[in-house]
Amino acid sequence: MRFGLVVNPVAGLGGAVGLKGTDGPDTVAEALRRGATPQAGPRARRAFAILARSRPGAEVTAAPGALGAAWLAGLGLDLRVLDLPPLSGTARDTRLAVAAMAPGTLAVFAGGDGTARDVAAALPAGGAMLGIPCGVKMHSGVFALSPEAAGHLLADLVSAPARVAWTDEAEVMDIDEAQLRAGRIAPRLFGLVRAPRGRGLVQAAKGMLRRDEGAALAAAAAEIAAAMAPGTLYVIGPGTSAGAVVRALGQQPTILGVDAVRDGRLVARDARAADLDRLAGDGPVRLVLGVTGQQGFLLGRGNQQIGPGLIARAGREGLVVLATEDKLRALAEPRLWVDTGDPALDARLGGYVRVHTGAGREMMMRIASGAEAAASRLTEAS
Amino acid sequence: MPAPARAHPWMAISAPGVIEEMLAEVGARRVSDLFEQVPPDHYRKAPLDLPPALSSEIELKRELAARLKRNEDCERNLSFLGAGVWQHHVPAVVDEIVGRTEFLTNVWGSYQSDHGRNQAWFEFQSQLGALLNLDVVQLPVYSWGAATGHAIRMAARLTGRRKVLLPALSDPERMAVIRTYCEPPEMASHIEIVAVAADPATGRIDLGDLRARLGPEVAAVYFENPAYLGTIETGAAEIARLARAAGAETIVGVDPASLGVLMAPGDYGADIVTGPMQPLGVHMNCGGGVGGFIASRDEERYVRQFNGFLVSIAETREPGQWGFGLATPHQNSYGSREHGRDWTGNSTYLWAIAGAVYMSLLGPEGFRELGALIAARARYAQSLLAGVPGVRIVWPATGFKEFVVNFDATGRSVAEINDALRDRGIFGGKDVSDEGLGLGQSALWCVTEVHTAADIRRAVTALREVLQ
Amino acid sequence: MTEPKEFHAARWNEPVVMEMGRPGARGQLFPAPEPEVAAAAGPDPIPAAMRRRDRPVLPEITEFEAQRHYLHLSQMTLGMMGVSLFGTCTMKYNSKTAEFAANRPELAEVHPYQHPDTLQGVLSIIHEFDLILRALSGMDRFVFQAGGGADAAYTMAAVARAYWADRGMLHQRTEMVTSVQAHPCNPATAAAAGFRVVNLPLEENGYPSLEALKAAVSERTALVMINNPDDMGIYNPEIREWVRVARAAGALAFYDHANFNGVMGRLSARELGFDACMFMLHKTFGAPKAGGGPAVGAYGCTEALAPYLPAPLVVEDGRRFRLDHDRPKSCGKVREFWGNVPQVVKAWAWARAMGAEGIRLASDISVVANNYMDKKLGEIPGLQRSHDNIAVRRMEMTRWSLGPLKEETGIGTVDFANRMADYGIDPWWMSHEPWIVPEPFTPEAGELWSKEDIDSWIDVVARIAREARECPEVVRTAPHNQPVAQVRGEVFDDPARWAMTWRAHLRKRGGGASARGAA
Repeated sequence: MRFGLVVNPVAGLGGAVGLKGTDGPDTVAEALRRGATPQAGPRARRAFAILARSRPGAEVTAAPGALGAAWLAGLGLDLRVLDLPPLSGTARDTRLAVAAMAPGTLAVFAGGDGTARDVAAALPAGGAMLGIPCGVKMHSGVFALSPEAAGHLLADLVSAPARVAWTDEAEVMDIDEAQLRAGRIAPRLFGLVRAPRGRGLVQAAKGMLRRDEGAALAAAAAEIAAAMAPGTLYVIGPGTSAGAVVRALGQQPTILGVDAVRDGRLVARDARAADLDRLAGDGPVRLVLGVTGQQGFLLGRGNQQIGPGLIARAGREGLVVLATEDKLRALAEPRLWVDTGDPALDARLGGYVRVHTGAGREMMMRIASGAEAAASRLTEAS
Repeated sequence: MPAPARAHPWMAISAPGVIEEMLAEVGARRVSDLFEQVPPDHYRKAPLDLPPALSSEIELKRELAARLKRNEDCERNLSFLGAGVWQHHVPAVVDEIVGRTEFLTNVWGSYQSDHGRNQAWFEFQSQLGALLNLDVVQLPVYSWGAATGHAIRMAARLTGRRKVLLPALSDPERMAVIRTYCEPPEMASHIEIVAVAADPATGRIDLGDLRARLGPEVAAVYFENPAYLGTIETGAAEIARLARAAGAETIVGVDPASLGVLMAPGDYGADIVTGPMQPLGVHMNCGGGVGGFIASRDEERYVRQFNGFLVSIAETREPGQWGFGLATPHQNSYGSREHGRDWTGNSTYLWAIAGAVYMSLLGPEGFRELGALIAARARYAQSLLAGVPGVRIVWPATGFKEFVVNFDATGRSVAEINDALRDRGIFGGKDVSDEGLGLGQSALWCVTEVHTAADIRRAVTALREVLQ
Repeated sequence: MTEPKEFHAARWNEPVVMEMGRPGARGQLFPAPEPEVAAAAGPDPIPAAMRRRDRPVLPEITEFEAQRHYLHLSQMTLGMMGVSLFGTCTMKYNSKTAEFAANRPELAEVHPYQHPDTLQGVLSIIHEFDLILRALSGMDRFVFQAGGGADAAYTMAAVARAYWADRGMLHQRTEMVTSVQAHPCNPATAAAAGFRVVNLPLEENGYPSLEALKAAVSERTALVMINNPDDMGIYNPEIREWVRVARAAGALAFYDHANFNGVMGRLSARELGFDACMFMLHKTFGAPKAGGGPAVGAYGCTEALAPYLPAPLVVEDGRRFRLDHDRPKSCGKVREFWGNVPQVVKAWAWARAMGAEGIRLASDISVVANNYMDKKLGEIPGLQRSHDNIAVRRMEMTRWSLGPLKEETGIGTVDFANRMADYGIDPWWMSHEPWIVPEPFTPEAGELWSKEDIDSWIDVVARIAREARECPEVVRTAPHNQPVAQVRGEVFDDPARWAMTWRAHLRKRGGGASARGAA
């Protein structure tokens, strides 16, 4: 397995100085003015130091200078530097670096959700990526838990690939930072990519290789589809979990958007807010939602397609939430967050919801409101 | 609580001073400080009133022996009881091996530290597979009934159907377990059990009735060979063919002690096979010797439905060396909790080791001799019993080790007859008169390799006396 | 801290039994049928259509070869020959006195269908043990039919079905509520019994919140299944209120007493309000585990649930004991006959040898020993207690995490388990699913092991933690002193390569003895 490294040198700059993310040169400048120190490069070095220690001479290609190679010097890796056009100091550099990597290279990046989006956008078909966590926002499912964990994963990929599992459906998520700085969190799904994951190669009978949770989710979706109330508009998505319900009805879901179903029929695809309001009319509405990885946002909350009006009409009782147990277990806190933009509505949604994890299998999860609290927590996490 | 004056032989830390030393290490003044999580009002109020301690081994052994000697057993008496637990010979080597402390006390280590046990488990699966002519054998579950219950649930998942056909003449004990596994009708996942009539002349499955009941909603047909009442199902291949034609799975329950002389179920179309563990070198243990195996062909669709432990041979890091581990581990309840296939847990794995030793001792010739001897002696017993006035063998010359003896013409009940036999040191066959089988006053007698011709004559003589 | 002793397991390079022997060798002979028997049987008593025509492909070896082979295999099984602090399984001494008693013909050669007059000895033991468990739990009646703890959980599900069916409400009471920290057998058996499973997550205090429970229970709840303390060593101080909330919703409350060792003689399930509970005789009560059974899950309940118990029950009529099969409301059976009787006898022997005072002392010792271990393990860098923010002293076991060490070295709990055996220490128990903390392990000292045993166990853990930093490859490729090298797992999920029998192995890999190669 070949590794390619690209570092977003300004990733995470905002977090330490109270800014929520680092999208855009103005924010970077503000962060530097406030005294932020760049973290991504040193964190990338920490990860590759682990690889170098256990696999001296491992082959790595890296973007030039501060975008990669500079952080790997002297580690004892077989380092090659990508030949790139002059650097622009913008996201374009990341995209060019990924595009220049040889086919079959695992794109390793140091950054946050914004960087993940850039890498994903430049990734060739069938390419895979792995994030060294450095950002303020890390909702995407492509990050290792720490730089060291990323390093061990790389080492295992070289010498013990059986210790690594792969997923083709790692979510690339991001939040509009302008909204975030305004105290609103609206995570959005931008795509699905292939990514490696460490797996406990557990041999014991009583705690073994994890099963593929996709089957359980499909069974939950089938059960939900079979139990749909007549005459009710089901607004579904975005995301693969919610989309499984559309699949259970024999249709292809719009993973990045919202579909709607009534009486077993797909009545809207990739719908906009106005479509949904019109479709809902005065009839009953339910929202079929997934959960974002790590942070636990109810995917769909705050999305422009699903307005506060629809959410209010569905109410907590009208939420149909699907998630795998693995995803719920990996949440930073045992909470699902909502941020509708309407604090009163957020408060009304507070309480427990049954998350469907399989056919006849549910997990009680607490819904918490208060985007501001969560946003500050995100900042601390960086 | 202060340690008692004398340390307990099973508790090293009960030696004087040790608790105090450890408390000092953790910075606690007294043991109760360590229970700080338990709210005071949770402690029990009722005093703990237990029988006085038998604190020396001498007292314990004496009390155990005194109690157990109040039992009568099948060594001192001559027993013809069977029906799910049978008196077979247990080779001494089997007793030695299952009594080995390493096998008795192990729980779950690594594949390497458990290597010997795991190999013995694999050898159980391998040898049973050779008897069944099937490639996949699971470590045993709790009992034959439980194995059949799981097998029926496997078939329901495989076919998406929720009805199973079983012989009308089934063991009520096993059926009680199977009904539990098939869930009550109120449950959404209930599996309906439908009885298939027996041919009254032979006790075998009525193929006409089977044909009539098969249909697109039937998940599986289950039958036993030999059947509960001892009869050999000669139409086995035809039953499997009919089931397959209807899209149903064929599940067969077999007695492994018969497989040296009876056709292997893998050779007549069985999809899933279950059976009892106890004949393979396990003492009757008052019913505590039962276990049940499940086997199938090596097709992924079956393997993916097993509920328990499937031991597979596998390479190790050392080239050319073999070790053992668990195949498809994520599909059981340890790996997947409520998302797994049914459930598993502590089972009857020691009996897998007993079975491995037993089968290796018998070998192909041992199984042939065993089966031939049992069938012959059972036939001899039938011939002598049939000669007792009023006694009738219901389906003569059709079985393996068990057969139904009818006493209607004697004017006596089985209960009376068995009471009188017991006074003579003989346990008559299981009374099946009240099982709704329509067989009148009948008993299910069991004859195995432990019953000599002289034993059988002694029983028949006693029966003649009793019936006079 | 002392350096662990060197150890090497037996390595017999034992062939698979299917490869052994020679044609015609015999390990067991059976008598020829007597002439009169042969005459009665005729040429072949088996119907021609069902006669076996092939010769089963079994080994042909002598009695001694079988004995030696399986003795070798026993010697290549660590068992409890090292120090086994295997959490959740409560490793105890398994009394040889009880073992030998259970092998007596008065128990081993007894048939369950014998007339009760001939079973008075064993029935008296079962009855007296029922009384002992009633005293420990406050319940009104125990049965021993379940073949293990999971089977006892299944018994609970079956009893709940019968209870609700009897009230005509089984179609409505369709849900079972439990915690993610409950043993997998609780949700799995309830699901297999046909119930929907509603899980409660652990929240900040390390146990599920009362609020979550209140939100979960309703007129649809059939039963609540919960353990306490849990495998983290956390005791839920709200358990009384839990049971009250469950029962206020009409649900049955089941106490999975798998972790009874730390609270034996201190808590009574009945006094806490539970309707039913379960004890594992092969754990808490000193019967051997035997690598996974035969085991017993003793299931006890209140008089109100007793009509629904699986039949038969052992009852006392005056001075005589009998089996009561006439239980019209019974849930049926979960297993044939009335349980693994030898294990009940061994558990009775344990309880009698301990007595009330010994049982209380064992509970004290198990909690003292665990707190001692907590202190010592906390001194090893890279190890972290689960829910480390919860400062309270744990009960009889603690869930630990190697998360920090794994971050630092890449060496995790599986690597440790593999390596421990190289020092003659039984691999530790990691955790049931789900893993709530990364790289978990769960030691439980119980009352058997000496302080010296515990110290040597901790020394081994400290040693491997050091190896993880100094020579991680040694740990990653462990074990090195075991009967075989690290087993490779690739085949276990590969239909083309898994082989559950020798037949399948030969079919997939070809060759007999040659398939073993140099070994």
